Amino acid sequence: MATKEFTIPEIQEYIEVPDAPIPDATAHLSPFLAKPMHQEPLGFPEEVVDDWKGETLEAMGDLLGKYRGLRVFMDICVKCGSCTDKCHYYIGTADPKNMPVARQDLLRRVYRRYFTFAGKFWGALGMPGFVGAADLKREMLDEMYSYYHQCSECRRCSVFCPYGIDTAEITMAAREILARVGIGQKYNNEIIGKVYTIGNNLGLPERALEDTLEGLEEDIEDETGVAVKLPLNVKGADILLITPSADFFAEPHVDGLMGYAKVFHEAGVSWTISSSASEAANFGMFIGSYENMRKISLRIREAALELGVKRIIFGECGHAWRVAYSFLNTLAGPFDFLDQSYPIPQHILDFTLGEIEKGTLNIDKSLNDEMVVTFHDSCNVARASRIGDKPGSQFTIPRAVIKAVCNNYVDMDPDTIYEKTFCCGGGGGLLTDDLLELRIKGGLPRMTALQTVTEEYGVTHMAAICAICKSQFTKILPYYGFDMDQIVSVHQLVSSALILTGQVDEDDDTESGEEAA
Amino acid sequence: MSLAFAILFYVATLVLVVGVAFKVVQYSKTPAPLKIPTTPAPTTTSGVVMRMFREVVFFESLFKSTIWTWIFAWAFHMGLFAVLFRHGRYFHDLLPAVIVGPLKYAAFAMIIGLIGLLVRRFAVNRVRYISAPSDYAMLILLLLIGISGSMMTFVSHVDIVGVKTYFDAWMTLDFDNLILPPDPVLRIHLFLVAVLMLIFPISKLLHAPGIFFSPTRNQVDNPREVRHVAEWAEKL
Ligand code: HEM
Ligand code: HEM
Ligand code: SF4
Ligand code: SF4
Repeated sequence: MATKEFTIPEIQEYIEVPDAPIPDATAHLSPFLAKPMHQEPLGFPEEVVDDWKGETLEAMGDLLGKYRGLRVFMDICVKCGSCTDKCHYYIGTADPKNMPVARQDLLRRVYRRYFTFAGKFWGALGMPGFVGAADLKREMLDEMYSYYHQCSECRRCSVFCPYGIDTAEITMAAREILARVGIGQKYNNEIIGKVYTIGNNLGLPERALEDTLEGLEEDIEDETGVAVKLPLNVKGADILLITPSADFFAEPHVDGLMGYAKVFHEAGVSWTISSSASEAANFGMFIGSYENMRKISLRIREAALELGVKRIIFGECGHAWRVAYSFLNTLAGPFDFLDQSYPIPQHILDFTLGEIEKGTLNIDKSLNDEMVVTFHDSCNVARASRIGDKPGSQFTIPRAVIKAVCNNYVDMDPDTIYEKTFCCGGGGGLLTDDLLELRIKGGLPRMTALQTVTEEYGVTHMAAICAICKSQFTKILPYYGFDMDQIVSVHQLVSSALILTGQVDEDDDTESGEEAA
Repeated sequence: MSLAFAILFYVATLVLVVGVAFKVVQYSKTPAPLKIPTTPAPTTTSGVVMRMFREVVFFESLFKSTIWTWIFAWAFHMGLFAVLFRHGRYFHDLLPAVIVGPLKYAAFAMIIGLIGLLVRRFAVNRVRYISAPSDYAMLILLLLIGISGSMMTFVSHVDIVGVKTYFDAWMTLDFDNLILPPDPVLRIHLFLVAVLMLIFPISKLLHAPGIFFSPTRNQVDNPREVRHVAEWAEKL
């Protein structure tokens, strides 16, 4: 499986799209299968059902009737090919089934065969292939399992498709169909199970969370001499902060969390974290399961009601922000019990920029002077949501915050940022070591763009606002000859330039900022 | 023979109209349970109408994506629409000759576009990989329609008045006057057109009505302001 030898792609001068596809280049890549104990809590069959064919078609028919997107996308692709060179996994692996349209076709050929007249007609003649249809065979489910777990649901293909066909939607549907047949993915399902039993992806129980937060309070106090609180389960606080659980201990995530705490402290607002909803991530989206996504979202509503907060703010996370921004109101709304004068939910960067503009934060940009920073747009923020009130504010707000706290900022190649941004390579439920080869190869376009600005402008750090991006880059940067700590949280930058009221040690000692990498 | 063509066209028209209507109803009845516009997306309905207009008329996303495909695709489609518009004169007399006359050269745009798209399908490895036989067949079908039509327009003229009389009779179910001019090129042209009409509702040609239903392009980006819930999801 994932043990096969592979070579790390070499960074070229430009992002090169493989002209000649190499069939089955990554056919061996499949994440570990869910065990019965991972399937059961999510309401999926424990093993592959006997009538896998009937179940596949039934699940497919069910989803076709529930999702207009799926139905329309299955019908209308004209095979124009303009998505074929847009996927980072195709660019990194050259496997033709990683071209978005070819990935869709793994499901579409079944749709064509069993749900369209043309497919039934040519199928009866024994030539389903004429119209791109195929008889469903057991191996095809395995192939789907493999290639629908080589898609990070990043939607880059959807930007360039003349009809906006979104392979992410098809991947989600395919994963749900497979899970219903009894072929689930271990990583995602195990994590969702933990959210149900413990409250977060990492399975961090309340006690441990409390200790962690106390530890962070001490760190901040040691460093600055100011007692900044990271409150847990405070009833009656104004703001409920929902943040990915990686923020509680992973690097560089945790520096971001300390950044949010400092900003809240300086802004003088009352806020809290909830132990029952100590997780922003919602892996229900990755497996395409509306029901699971809804169940996970409802925890946030319950926590907000229980603590009696007025506002909800989300920390730095990509897919979590998509679910929060685009789906939370649908899944767990209406939020009429919150203060309607603030966005529901609000993004932490929106909050921080507001404070910067109000002038509540005492910022010394020069503290970040030894860095030259660039910004990686995370796909779910860039192409599936928004931060402020204008279209495109998901691009301008993070940059405005970074520029407000750093003197040296440059953008990467325009074809790799904003809505054209390349996925980090580890999104969509693929952030697992059994897919390391895929993750490394999928990171190639972003690494190429980073290499270019490193050479041209001496970029030292890349900032991101997504927990998955941060973990993924920490892992893959070294394979491409970078340092793992070159990836930073945006609020880490805010944190290192922010001088707290009453801070003792800083004064004119500008050396104590971030270490140069 | 004239009658056979008449029947063929009745069937083809029925399949086209009923088939497309069925699909349109199916698309509009299928709920879109989540807000999934590809952002940045317009925040107002009028913004969405503009976005859709740019997609349908200028193929905006394709333009951003692959310029050569865009050039051929746009030439083909605009040529096609001009040609279809010009064909209106076989069915009624309202079209002024000044417009209809020069528009005949649109056939070249259509044919050049189709050839470009066909070559691309053969020549670009990635596109060849994703093509099924029907994808080539469809381009060849349209190409043959275009070529046979142009033969009549530019090479061996056909009795246009005869064609018009025939279709007038066809439309008014006047079976006594159903006399199709005996031109073989015309018959090839008509037969292929009937095939195109028959496959329209069961093939990727559904992209023409389908694009209007694509949720990534037709949704307003306002999920925080307006709660969006599908009927089946409400029941959970
Ligand atoms: C609302 C109207 C329509 C729109 C917006 C539209 C748009 C498009 C776009 C953007 C493409 C992709 C580019 C390409 O590969 O050419 C395409 C392809 C295609 N369209 Fe349309 N189209 C429309 C109507 C039609 C009609 C009425 C027909 C045929 C009778 C048609 C036939 C085709 C064919 C055959 C292709 C595939 C070309 C290929 O194989 O590369 N389209 N269309
Ligand atoms: C019932 C439907 C149709 C009829 C009766 C018909 C008939 C004709 C006739 C009689 C001509 C010759 C015009 C002349 O000599 O000036 C012609 C030309 C042409 N037809 Fe059709 N046709 C039909 C449908 C179509 C369709 C659906 C297409 C395209 C997909 C098409 C494409 C063309 C082209 C490209 C030409 C040459 C350029 C022009 O005259 O505009 N036809 N057709
Ligand atoms: S959604 Fe992203 S990962 Fe998936 S096929 Fe499209 S471009 Fe590739
Ligand atoms: S860009 Fe869209 S229509 Fe073209 S091949 Fe890809 S999915 Fe199909």
